[in-house]
Amino acid sequence: MKLNIKGAFLAILAMSAAVLVGCEPLLVLDPKGPQAEVQANDTIMLMYIMGAIVLVVFAILIFMLIKYRASKQSPDYEPPHIHGHWLVEAICIGIPVIIVIFLSVQSVKSNYLVENAPEEYADQEPLVIYASSSNWKWHFSYPEQGIETVNYAYIPANRNVEFKLYSYGPITSFWVPQLGGQKYAMSDMVTTLHLAADVEGEFWGRNANFSGAGVAEQTFEVTSMSQEKFDEWVKEVHETAEPLSEEKFEELLEPGHLGRSTYTGTHLEFAPAPEHNHGNSDADDTDHSNHEGQENHSSH
Amino acid sequence: MEFFERFMVPHPSFLIYVSMVLIALTSIAIVVGITYFKKWGYLWSEWITTVDHKKIGIMYLLTALLMLFRGGVDAIMMRLQLAVPDNTFLDAQHYNEIFTTHGVVMILFMAMPFITFFFNFLVPLQIGARDVAFPRLNNLAFWLFFMGAMLFNLSFVVGGSPDAGWTSYFPLANNEFSTSVGTNYYMIAIQIAGIGTLMTGINFITTIMKMRAPGMTLFKMPMFTWSSLIANLIIVFAFPVLTVVLAMGTMDRLFGTQFFTIGNGGMDMLWANLFWVWGHPEVYILILPAFGIFSEIITTFSRRNLYGYNSMVWSMVIISVFSFTVWTHHFFTMGQGAMTNSIFSITTMLIAVPTGVKIFNWLFTLYKGKIEMTTPMLYTIHFIPLFTLGGVTGVMLAMSAADYQYHNTMFLVAHFHNVIIPGVVYAMLAGLTFYWPKLFGFMLNEKIGKATVWVMSTGFLLAFMPMYITGLDGQARRMSTYSEATGYSTLNMVSFIGAGIMAISFIMLVWNIWYSFKNSPRDIGSDPWNARGLEWATHTPIPAYNFAITPDVSESTSEAFWDMKKNGTKLFKGKIEKIHMPNYSGLPFIMSCAFFLLGFAMIFSMWIVAIIGFIVILGCMVYRSFEKDEGYYIPAEEVEAIEKQYEKRGAK
Ligand code: HEM
Ligand SMILES: [Cu+2]
Repeated sequence: MKLNIKGAFLAILAMSAAVLVGCEPLLVLDPKGPQAEVQANDTIMLMYIMGAIVLVVFAILIFMLIKYRASKQSPDYEPPHIHGHWLVEAICIGIPVIIVIFLSVQSVKSNYLVENAPEEYADQEPLVIYASSSNWKWHFSYPEQGIETVNYAYIPANRNVEFKLYSYGPITSFWVPQLGGQKYAMSDMVTTLHLAADVEGEFWGRNANFSGAGVAEQTFEVTSMSQEKFDEWVKEVHETAEPLSEEKFEELLEPGHLGRSTYTGTHLEFAPAPEHNHGNSDADDTDHSNHEGQENHSSH
Repeated sequence: MEFFERFMVPHPSFLIYVSMVLIALTSIAIVVGITYFKKWGYLWSEWITTVDHKKIGIMYLLTALLMLFRGGVDAIMMRLQLAVPDNTFLDAQHYNEIFTTHGVVMILFMAMPFITFFFNFLVPLQIGARDVAFPRLNNLAFWLFFMGAMLFNLSFVVGGSPDAGWTSYFPLANNEFSTSVGTNYYMIAIQIAGIGTLMTGINFITTIMKMRAPGMTLFKMPMFTWSSLIANLIIVFAFPVLTVVLAMGTMDRLFGTQFFTIGNGGMDMLWANLFWVWGHPEVYILILPAFGIFSEIITTFSRRNLYGYNSMVWSMVIISVFSFTVWTHHFFTMGQGAMTNSIFSITTMLIAVPTGVKIFNWLFTLYKGKIEMTTPMLYTIHFIPLFTLGGVTGVMLAMSAADYQYHNTMFLVAHFHNVIIPGVVYAMLAGLTFYWPKLFGFMLNEKIGKATVWVMSTGFLLAFMPMYITGLDGQARRMSTYSEATGYSTLNMVSFIGAGIMAISFIMLVWNIWYSFKNSPRDIGSDPWNARGLEWATHTPIPAYNFAITPDVSESTSEAFWDMKKNGTKLFKGKIEKIHMPNYSGLPFIMSCAFFLLGFAMIFSMWIVAIIGFIVILGCMVYRSFEKDEGYYIPAEEVEAIEKQYEKRGAK
């Protein structure tokens, strides 16, 4: 029995190794921007430290099991009564405490890195994109450029992008794994996510928070390109796309899946984001007129 | 017609119809069977009205096992749905209902009654008491819990299941996005069960503080009793939060209040905060008693005392306090800024220290021991490395910046199953196997038992390790399907196979019970494992009064029975006297039925019925307050006669 099980374990190991080797790198460990890189580095560091801890526990366990098995001892052996030893306990508390202190420092550092604009691009003006979710799509508004897209976003590479997140409906979570971790989009406040790409390419993103029946397909694409190409795209949109009217936007908010679409103008003009103070943002704005805009749209 | 349409399941499917028929047939079979064998009277007088903590414990156990299989079937269905990309076995709505009920059933209606079974069955025996502090409240607590569980399960066939996840985040859980009565079931069924749990908490704190055998100081309490005390303290602090937040959610859904709505000042994250203020401590309510069980088992089969008893106790005390300081780690991504995240990141990681202390103490309990690999011990030995794996991935999740990448992914699903299955489920099954002879008078088969553990661990690894990988590859949780292009299909297939293997291990468990019931010898005495705790110092089967003479442990350690066996310490010093016992009562059951009625009526907004239910509840309380019930005495002669019988059977 036992040998078979061991065989099975070996098979599993071999299989997972094959799967891992045969595949492209996992998205989270294949960062394409500074924020995602902070997180990927943390993850890899954690894997080593945590792996070491697991190995120590395994080693002690196996040692104890081999050494102190009843079948290896004389029948009249009587185990002693041991209360504990201050040194052993100090080590068992001390080492975890040291690890936790180290990780805490690392965690605080990474928090500030991830929450702020990437250091490399901190001196440039960020590109602001309002990303709002509705069941089950993403709306991207470029207030500066005066354009709006559905289910895809173009961004310039090597520039900090400030995504302003909110939702027309349940809580969603905006996530582009290769550019950085996710953040919630809620109906009553705006959250900010700093992302940047340091290469050109297409990156897949999704709503990672369960928000109802259509959530599985609530995905989008972020494409990073050179600043020139980006400017060109903006110009092209202004020449070719239709303006976003209030009726059209209302229609877009209806639950359902849509492909990509592109408009000139943004919904921010007639339906501003809920950017007032909820007690924890630095804005001092208590103007509740934004709320009304919200309610109109959520009433269907 | 409209009135009746509300009771229909809004998203019917072939599977649901089949289950409806099966449920109906089983129910009819049970009713017919009980009637045929004329067992209604027996059921009523021996079980439904019982105030005996052992019988109440067994009723919790049966509920837990029943729900384990209900939740397990849900799990298999989910894994089957995800086994291949673009699967259409379940549609999105159905998948949502299944993971929601799976989560609720597993946490609240499987794991909770399982630990409550151990509270009930073990705590009075371990502290040398005759019963719990409030035996009748205990009966009421069970029936409220049970009615809550049944009400929740009813949603499957009447009116529709909840579909907003076991966390039921608003505004998704509000009427505009969850349109069926499913989430009403969630709010009200959990409320009723939760009130029962709160009663359990109060009852066991009182029992442990007030009813310990003479000489049992706090630091002589067996480790499981310590873990129960702490868990019940957490219950009493955490469950009121659940009561309040569910009441607010109910009001939003039924009466149009705006606590968590979109607009009108509703705050959706308020639900999330309050939910996890209860929800995180809840996890420790489950895991601490599991730690207690493992401690009992590991000492018994290492033939040694527990290493670092004091640090074990203090680590639990510290964990219980810390458990209330970390709830925000469930939504680091809410946008509360680097400062708040840093604080909660650190408080979360701090919990790893006392938890690590416990792991090392178990490891050092093996040191210089004489390890016997019985089935309960095998569960424990598998628990240590598997739980460590789950623990370290928890530390990974606690790094808030990195958690932005793990949150809401299969990585998280892998993590919490990795702690909850080897932690809680293994402990419960290990404890069940360990105490089975004390409960039922025969042993479970060791060969089948050990094979079960190996099969379970194999299935577990296959089912959950792939999720760590797909999580890091971007597979979000709670997604009913994924496309071929994502490349998740191989690993999800492995995961499905693993889940299937786990299902086989649970079938082996049932088979073991059946096989052993048929074949195991019955002359095993009352201490078949050569165990150490006071709970083994009673007869098997345990008499209604537990101990004919209250044990005196002033000369013993926390392992009173072992001291008696090894050093000849005298436990039973007095002489047999008359024993006071509480009376059985049907009132708690009637009251709980009224709660069921009230709950059901509220779910469907049938206010007249609700008022009737409410009046019956009040009536029961009024009746009770005028009732005189001082219990009864078993005369000394009768106790002696019973004890003589045990001696004659040669079972000490
Ligand atoms: C026996 C094998 C089990 C399997 C194969 C299994 C499988 C799953 C799956 C596939 C999900 C859904 C993941 C998703 O799509 O988000 C899930 C969710 C969950 N499971 Fe299990 N599970 C098992 C046992 C358990 C146990 C024993 C517990 C608790 C004691 C548990 C608690 C949960 C919870 C709380 C959720 C989250 C539900 C939600 O997202 O609302 N599971 N499980
Ligand atoms: Cu938590």
